[in-house]
This record gives sequence, structure tokens and C-alpha cells, in this order.
Amino acid sequence: MSEALQPLLDDLANRFGEAIKSKIVDRKIVKIEVGREKLKEVARYLREKQGWDHVKAVTGVDLSRTSKKEKMIEIIYHLGTYANEALWNADLAISYKLDAASPVTESLTSIWPSCEYHEREVFEMFGVRFEGHPNLSKLLLPEYWSDIPPLLKEYEPAGR
Amino acid sequence: MTVLEERKEVKVVEVFDTGEAPLTLSYGPQHPGTGHFRMIISLRGDTVVDAQPDPGFVHRGEEKMAEYKTWITNIPHLERPVILDSAGIQYPYVLAVEKLMGVEPPERAKYLRTIMAELQRITSHLYWFALYGIFLGHSTTFLWCFTDREYLVDLTSLIGGQRITHAYFVPGGVRNDAPKKVPPGLVREFNRYYRMVTGHDLNIGDNDFGRYVTAVCEFFDGRLDDYWDMLFNSEIFIHRTKNIGVLEREDAVRLGVVGTTLRASGVKYDNRVCNPYDAYPYLKFEVPVGERGDCYDRAIVGFKEMRESLKIIAQAVEMMPDGPVKLKQHPINLRVPAGEAVARTEAARGEMMYYIRSEGGDKPYRVKISPPSFRLLPAIPYLLRNAQIADIPPIYWSLNYWPVEADR
Repeated sequence: MSEALQPLLDDLANRFGEAIKSKIVDRKIVKIEVGREKLKEVARYLREKQGWDHVKAVTGVDLSRTSKKEKMIEIIYHLGTYANEALWNADLAISYKLDAASPVTESLTSIWPSCEYHEREVFEMFGVRFEGHPNLSKLLLPEYWSDIPPLLKEYEPAGR
Repeated sequence: MTVLEERKEVKVVEVFDTGEAPLTLSYGPQHPGTGHFRMIISLRGDTVVDAQPDPGFVHRGEEKMAEYKTWITNIPHLERPVILDSAGIQYPYVLAVEKLMGVEPPERAKYLRTIMAELQRITSHLYWFALYGIFLGHSTTFLWCFTDREYLVDLTSLIGGQRITHAYFVPGGVRNDAPKKVPPGLVREFNRYYRMVTGHDLNIGDNDFGRYVTAVCEFFDGRLDDYWDMLFNSEIFIHRTKNIGVLEREDAVRLGVVGTTLRASGVKYDNRVCNPYDAYPYLKFEVPVGERGDCYDRAIVGFKEMRESLKIIAQAVEMMPDGPVKLKQHPINLRVPAGEAVARTEAARGEMMYYIRSEGGDKPYRVKISPPSFRLLPAIPYLLRNAQIADIPPIYWSLNYWPVEADR
């Protein structure tokens, strides 16, 4: 983990202590799980005060086949910064979990315009609706796709 | 209204504005100028008023496939989306798996990976310039780039055993060592071209691998001077690309673009330097950046990068220690400890990132690929809005967008 990241993580913990549900900080990944009610606030803080100016990827993970077998979808925003050179070797990800039965959440495109296409991909691959997204339509899948979202564990590819 | 429409208003002289609805056209996917990619463009006269990218024609579900294959059998199919830069696309996968396993490859493997990644960067850039040139009506570039690329592809096949898609990187090292000697046939073939260009014979005596690679790098370094005169300093190219498709620094940051496009806009961000991996911390090279962020700068940054890559390869061959090239032969049913890992590298087109989650089984639980081309998507509608229709090819090709990579 980058040394420049530690003060930022402390800062985040001080400010949003109760909203941070879990934290993995090691050499493999730095991931902070944020409460959904504070998500936008945390995101705006990260963008404006800490300088995370773009999103490198938005990952969806269907948690239904993990060891805990949660009926949840985890959304992970991998953040990056071009403005702050001290953080160029740092990885930071914020995540939250959604109920797989009603995967509706809010879009962060108003904070990070760079996540527009990434959110669209999560929408079609996991069926997650991002409210406030400017153009939530199919991106990679064909227009006639009528099966369930393909990256859900429930979806079995043909021939398996 | 998308967020991207916040772009600063550019005054357009709407000569053809008759009050009618704009003409909407499909640009691609069969159009040779875009590859397997469609843009839906709206035109008013010669001016593009709107362009919406429509990727997905070559979506193969790599991420889903990765959940059904073992850690090792994932390697060959993960590199398929970018056959021009197959080392680049699977590099972070290998690094992330190594992070999860808590292993580090032997020193020699680190250098071999670097050599391979840089060779692929050059071959990928040459392919890019070949197409960039031909879509601007500059067919000499096309022929030159493909001729030169061939000898570098021979070099990758000498090391990795295949011209493209060599599945060379494996967790814990590389698949095989580079040969000690170069086959005389290969040297003869290269010498034929060498003599044609330079007028004298190549002299590398005993066909030693290191000396052959150094000779090839030196030759191409000289060849790049010819490229400068032929393409980058040519009237056609300058007129079609200078001050076209300008991407300002703050917009590049806001849209989160990567690679040569980002650096051409003045951000000196290169994972090889700012987030170094494998042998890169030991090597000396520059990161070229542009000033204006136009189509010309994007090409120049790529051009200068090839020169730096040649420098890196020559250094790496020199510094490469002897020793093993992988930790041990992994069984096909390798098990990776449970956990999550992120790795990012600088592929030919920019930052390649992987997120991998393991549940401790013989297959990954989730593999997320964030390829550079996908992150270039927002730049396409942004740069094309209010551009002239004749500027679509220079803008599109200057981004070095590769549809297959974006679609996965």
C-alpha cells in the first residue's frame, strides 16, 4: 500500500466513522465498505477534498456463491487520481452491498463522469439500476438479449 | 442529455442548418474505418452534432468465461481480446494472481516479461500507426509499419514461441526461457532487410540472443528517424491532425482517459514509472508527454514511446541475470488462496486493470477486466461533437481505441 494513502484513510475514518462498515487494507487491495445512506456524501468528499478525480472501474460481484452465501450484489468503485502525483501508486476502492432481490441504487455519474460507461456495464451484466444515470441502456449485450443478466451466478452459459 | 454534454460550447457556423432534423448515420460496424465498432452520428451539413458510441459487437464474455476456467487455463483466452498486445492484457491478471498467492517471480522472469511487454508495445503501436496512416490517405505508413512490425513479431515468436497470443506469462514467472542462440534462418531473413535499408551487412558473429536483440533495437531506432521524415513531418499528416480533436488536460482527467491520449493532454501518468512492477524500477526511460492534446500530439507521444521501449529492451537484455524463469511448474488445477486483489499495468493502449476475487478454489470467483479502450469511450462523443465529418478518422484513430479490447 502506498504510504501517502494512510493519512487519507485516517481522515476518512474520522469523518465518516459510523458509515464505514468494513475495511481491507493490505498489499493486495485497499477496500472500504461504505454505508449506502452516506455513499454520495463519502464519494463527494473523496472527489472534492481528497482529489480522487476519476473512476478506473466499477465492478459488480454476485455474492450468492461465496462461502457466506449472501443474496447480495457488491458494487466496487475503483478510484484513481491524476491530479495528485503522490497517490499515483495508490489503489483505493469503495464498495457497498445491495440486496440481490431489488438491486436499485444511485448513480455516481454526477460526481465522477468517468463512471458513466462502467455503470452501464454493471447495469446490463448484473441488472443493477443506477438512479440518476443519464443513459442507462444496454452497452455490450445485444439489443435483443432477454435472458437474465449474464454475470449473475444464476446464469449458466449454454453447453455447460 | 449525458454528463458528457457539459462540453464547452463551440461556435459552429451552421451553413446547412435548414431547420430540419439532423441526419443520423451509422458509422460502422462494417465500416473499415472503425473496425468492429459503431458510432451513431448525427450530422448537420458536414458538422457532427452528436456521436454516440455503440460498442459490443465483439463482446465474448471473457469475464464470465474466466469464472469457468481454472487459474492457468484462463491465461490463453484472456489474451484473445488484444492479440496485438497479448502480453499487455494478461500482465495484470498474472500480477494479481501472484499477489493472492503471495509469490514473486525470479529476477530473470521479471526481465523477460519486461522485454516481451515492450516488444508488444512497439508492435501494437506500429499496427496503430499503420491504420492511422492509411485512414488519412497515407499508404506508405501502412506498408512501412507492417514490414517493420514483421521483424519484431519474429522476435516475440523467438521468445514466446508464437507470433501473437503466446500465453507467455504465467503466475510465478514466464512459460519458458529465451533461447541462447538465434536460428541462422531468422538472422539471414533480418539481414536481408537490414542490408536493403542500411546498405551493409549485419554482423552479430555467433548469433547470440542478446546481441541479436540489441542489433534489432539499434536498427529500429535508426528506422524511427525515417518514420519521422516520412509521416510525422509530412504535410498531409500535419494538416489533418494538428489542432484537431483537442482534449484539454482537465477534460482528460474528468473523463478518466488513459494511455497516450492522457499523456498527450499533459498528464505524465505512466504505471511503469508511477506504480512500477517487475523489472521497471531498475530501468531508465522517459515518459513522453504532449502539450496541446490534439491528434498530432497523441501520435507523437506514441512515436516517442516506441523509442523509449527500444531503450528499455536494450537495457533489459543487458541487465538480465541468469537463473530460473519460473518458480515451479504449476499444476493445471492450481489453487489460489481466498481473497481480493487489484493489479494495474501500462499496456500499449494505457492502463490495464484487473480485479480478481478468489474463494480458494481452482477457479476464480470473479475476474473484472478494466481495459484501456473501454476507458477511452467517453472521449469519443466528447471529441467528435462539433467536429467535421472528415475529422472523424483522425480523431478516432488518434485515440488508439481497439473495439475488441473494450468489448472483451
